[in-house]
Amino acid sequence: MRLPPADFWAGARDVVPVLLGNMPFALVFGATAVAVGLTTAQTLGSSVFIFGGAAQLAAVQVLDRDAPAVVVLLTALVVNARHVMYSASIAPYFRRFSRRQRWGYAYLLTDPAYALSITEFHDRTETDARRWYYLGVAVPLWVNWQIWTVAGVLLGASLPAWLQVDFVVPLIFLSLLVPTIEDRATGVTAAAAGAIAVVGVGLPYQLGLLAGALVGTAVGLASEEAA
Amino acid sequence: MATALSPVVLWAVILAAGVGTYFLRLSFIPLFGRFEQVPPRVERVLRLVPAAVLAALVFPAIFAPDGQVALSIDNARLLAGAIAGVVAWRTENMVATIVVGMGTLWALGAVLP
Repeated sequence: MRLPPADFWAGARDVVPVLLGNMPFALVFGATAVAVGLTTAQTLGSSVFIFGGAAQLAAVQVLDRDAPAVVVLLTALVVNARHVMYSASIAPYFRRFSRRQRWGYAYLLTDPAYALSITEFHDRTETDARRWYYLGVAVPLWVNWQIWTVAGVLLGASLPAWLQVDFVVPLIFLSLLVPTIEDRATGVTAAAAGAIAVVGVGLPYQLGLLAGALVGTAVGLASEEAA
Repeated sequence: MATALSPVVLWAVILAAGVGTYFLRLSFIPLFGRFEQVPPRVERVLRLVPAAVLAALVFPAIFAPDGQVALSIDNARLLAGAIAGVVAWRTENMVATIVVGMGTLWALGAVLP
C-alpha cells in the first residue's frame, strides 16, 4: 500500500488542534443523544449521515423538549444552512476535480475543512496538492468525529445526574456563538434571536428556536439596511 | 428526558437531515460555471444565520432552563452562563468555556440551597 503524499500530511498536521477541540463536542453529542433516547446505532448514524456537530446537538436539544419530527429536521437544516456559503466559496477550487471527487468531497465539507482548506488553496495552486490537502484535513475530522461519538455513547450511560452534563450543550453553542458576532449586524441578530427564543420558550412544538432564528435574521438584515 | 418519536421516525429524521445537509454542502459545487457567486442578497442572509441560530439555542438554556424565564439568583445557569460567556469571548476556546461554565455551575450548586 502506498502512503498518501506530503500534501495530505500537511493537512493532517494543520487539523490536529481542531481534532482536539472536536473531542468534547462529539463526546457530549454521543452522551446526550443516548440520554434523549436515541439508540447507539441512531447516534452513530447521525454522526455518519449528518456529520455536523452543531446541527446534531441542536436536533438532540429540541428532541429532548419533545419537539415533533418536522421541527427537529428543520432545526438541523437551518443550523446547517451556512454550508451553502462554504459550497459557493470553495466551488471554484473544486472545478478541476473529477465529477466523482467533487460529489464525494462535498460530503466532507464541514466548517473546519472549509476554513483550513480555503486559506491553503491560495498557496497550493496544483490540483493534486489541493486535493490531497483537503483530504488530509477532512478524513481525520471524519474519523475523529465517529470515534468520539461512540466514546460519548459509552460514557453517557455512566454519568450521574448531579453532574448536569446537559449544560455542556449550551456552553458548546456559546463558544460557537461568540466568534460569529463580528460586527453590529451580527450582534443585533444574535440579541434579537436570543430574546425571541427566550420569550417563545413556551411555544408549542418547540417553535421558539425557529422563530428566534428567523426573526433574529430579519432584524439583523433590517439593521444592516438602516445603517 | 426522552423523545416520544418512534425508532422509524427517528431514522427518517436522521436520514432526511443527512441528505438535506449533503445537498446544502454540494449546492454550488456542481453549479460552478453557471453561477460564479451566491446572490448578494442570499449571502447577506446566510452571513447572519449562524449568529441567529446559535443565540436562539443558547439564550433559552441559560435564561429559561426549566421552560420558564428565570432571572433570579436561584438560576445557577444564568451566572454560570454569563461567566462562561466572558471566557468564550476572551479565549475563543471551547474547552476553557466548558470547564469554567461547568465549574461555576457545580460551585453554585454546592453554595446555593
